[in-house]
Amino acid sequence: MSVSIKEHDYIGLSEANMEKQAYEMIYNNKDLNLKATELRLGLPGSESPEREVVVHGGAIKIMMAGAKRGFSDAINGGSRKWAYAGDGGQEVGSVKHSGQETDVSVSPVPALPERKTQVSAKPNRQISSPAPKQQVVGWPPIRSFRKNTMAVSQTKNEEEGDQKMGSGCLYVKVSMDGAPYLRKVDLEIYSCYLDLSSALEKMFSCFTIGQYGSHGVRTREGLSESRLMDLLHGSEYVLTYEDKDGDWMLVGDVPWDMFIASCKRMRIMKSSDAIGLAPRAMEKCRNRTEADNE
Amino acid sequence: MDPAATGVTVAGTGADPAKTTMFPEEFLKRTFSLINSDKDRNSVSLVCKDWYNVERMSRRHVSIRNCYSVSPEIVTARFPAIRSVTLKGKPRFSDFNLVPDDWGADVQPWLNVFATAYPFLEELRLKRMAVSDESLEFLALNFDDFKALSMLSCEGFSTLGLEAIATHCKNLTELDIQENGIDDLGGDWLSYFPENLTSLEVLNFSTLTSEVSFDALESLVSRCKSLRVLKVNRKINLEQLGKLLVLAPQLIELGTGTFLEELVSGSVNGLENAFSKCGNLVTLSSFWDATLLHLPVVYPVCGNLTFLNLSYANIGPDELEQILSRSKRLVRLWVVDTVGDKGLEAVGSHCPLLEELRVFPVDPFDQQLGVTDSGLVAVSKGCPKLHYILYFCQRMTNAAVITVAQNCPNFTHFRLCIMNPSEPDYLTNEPMDEAFGAIVKTCTKLQRLSVSGLLTDLAFEYIGRYAKNLETLSVAFAGDSDLGMEYVMRGCPKLKRVEIRDCPFGDSALLSGLTQYESMRSLWMSDCNVTMDGCKKLAEEMSWLNVEVIKDEGGDDRLANKVYVYRTVAGPRKDAPPFVVTL
Repeated sequence: MSVSIKEHDYIGLSEANMEKQAYEMIYNNKDLNLKATELRLGLPGSESPEREVVVHGGAIKIMMAGAKRGFSDAINGGSRKWAYAGDGGQEVGSVKHSGQETDVSVSPVPALPERKTQVSAKPNRQISSPAPKQQVVGWPPIRSFRKNTMAVSQTKNEEEGDQKMGSGCLYVKVSMDGAPYLRKVDLEIYSCYLDLSSALEKMFSCFTIGQYGSHGVRTREGLSESRLMDLLHGSEYVLTYEDKDGDWMLVGDVPWDMFIASCKRMRIMKSSDAIGLAPRAMEKCRNRTEADNE
Repeated sequence: MDPAATGVTVAGTGADPAKTTMFPEEFLKRTFSLINSDKDRNSVSLVCKDWYNVERMSRRHVSIRNCYSVSPEIVTARFPAIRSVTLKGKPRFSDFNLVPDDWGADVQPWLNVFATAYPFLEELRLKRMAVSDESLEFLALNFDDFKALSMLSCEGFSTLGLEAIATHCKNLTELDIQENGIDDLGGDWLSYFPENLTSLEVLNFSTLTSEVSFDALESLVSRCKSLRVLKVNRKINLEQLGKLLVLAPQLIELGTGTFLEELVSGSVNGLENAFSKCGNLVTLSSFWDATLLHLPVVYPVCGNLTFLNLSYANIGPDELEQILSRSKRLVRLWVVDTVGDKGLEAVGSHCPLLEELRVFPVDPFDQQLGVTDSGLVAVSKGCPKLHYILYFCQRMTNAAVITVAQNCPNFTHFRLCIMNPSEPDYLTNEPMDEAFGAIVKTCTKLQRLSVSGLLTDLAFEYIGRYAKNLETLSVAFAGDSDLGMEYVMRGCPKLKRVEIRDCPFGDSALLSGLTQYESMRSLWMSDCNVTMDGCKKLAEEMSWLNVEVIKDEGGDDRLANKVYVYRTVAGPRKDAPPFVVTL
């Protein structure tokens, strides 16, 4: 899966000949002189670039093609606003004008391997990785729905089966004994065990036949625990999870924050299978708490 | 013989008045009722007064491609018997955030007039219109025979509006909601369809993001035996999809939900079985979160597919190969560039009947390669019938496009988007002029062209010289001077819609189109070199044009940063917001 790269290394203009230099200036400044229309943020007073139309007759060399508006400005080293894209994944709809003349180089990060090989194939390009992708309003021409959808898909794919902290999504798999498929829940959207348990109940309710009661907020040292009950079968289900160490614990035994930090996946199992979990869980909790207090 | 029929000389024959040709009105009526194409009807209406009158009385469908080119009063006066309306509003670049909110294209004024003039209205298809919940409710309450609502790229409404439609439209056959700026308040709008509504044939809510009541959906699908198009949203999972398929094996088009779950094998078999019973399926779309894990459930129907829309499925070349090797009848294919050039080679190998290909970027701002020139060439080699391409790529070469033009001379729609603005041929560093030159020279049937990459005035000279059938042109970050646009405006007689952004075309270029604007639907120019003076001049010369400037905040007052020019018989807009200035 392609990973969105947020920042790119930029290797500044080389001491190569004027032609190459000019070319790079076009390449890197290509969006500088766009009078991008700020629809949502409404930047008042953004300077519009001088609009000099450069017309050349006869043989047109690409370097002097003037294909960019304000190319002459670039050559003359005029100050340009550098539209810098902070977040590659953002929806196009805003252009960030830095407001001051920014140096072309940006904070170095490892260059993309693909671009490196390109360099050898194209001797004219001295840059080993592309300049930061400038966000221009409405470019490339893709409808908002598609842009938003693709952004979400990317995130989901990256987190498949994994935990990712602090990125706004914390997907873990939840399986239930006897259910035909697994589900995924985003732990980040819940704030406590009660929310989680009611969400899970809703998700898996189709697999328990008949009524089941919502369960007990049984407090144990200030924590809550939930159970799914299948009255028809007379068996009790409990919610368990596998933590970072690979141990299976009862959900509800540790503080919520610790839970979401360590939960790798969850399993709704028959309580008969869950015997022996509780004491270990308590022990672990105690150990951890002690460790934290040191 | 109808006594009311007057003898009228057929125009242009210069016939002796004594030898008039009389067609009884009844005859004309019957004949015209067989003519459905708008274009044909327009031609027919130009023949003579009689024909004009008979035609207008019998027209059932009208397509208004620019809602400001005509007023609802004029439309209803001319065509009294309309049952179906297609209405398009904002300029296309509004899809890409170039048009401010509240620009206009409100559907309500149209509905107000239709309520009295067309009380029997059955179908309304809207594109890029502003639609409010109140308007949807108005529609639902005022048109008892209303059957089909389709909204594409509209905005301003929420699921509350959908509730109104579901509640009151007793004869609804079609509800098609796509890619709209909808306020998805969730709720249960699907449950508002009454139990006795069984007429639904088309239901598409694939781009709604919130959960819908599955029970309501299941019940609806189960009782609507004529359902032929069903496109659900991402909240419907595979297991639920299976249940729906079992209830509706007669479906012709299906949009799946998410493929995210891991089904146990029993369920997979069930799903495959359900698919295998759908002998009529020719279109499959959505495939959210699809992977090779569960893609195979659709294999039983691949052999019949003519349209496969994988543009929301980030699959790779191997997954694509698996599907395509089973889908030999494909005519239209939409994919994401995660399939890469390798995936496109698979397209070339497996889809000899392919006529349309669209390749969308998974992440336009990621510099990783996606698809390139070689993928495009591979497709053109294997798919000689290709006539429609939409291709987003990071890099391209002239040589590749020249080859493509030779392999596929029948292009009617060629839309190439090299995503870096003004990107040259990556091998030669030259402009991409020759690429588009080859396309317009070879593809004489070309109707629609979107250009990109580094382009000089030469590219436009080619377009003006060769693209004689061109109707729609989209240009961005291209050209050297006014000459570029002038070549096009003077050279392409059939232009209907031109949209230009970020090009060095100024007033002279704008005014060069004087002879064209009368026959064109619209012109959009933004971030070019057009001034207010130039616009004023244009407005003075052509009184039947609306020359509108969308003012920016804090921009230079002399510059006309966004110009929208269109022909109209309705005069200047009466509902223009303050930032739209009509000259």
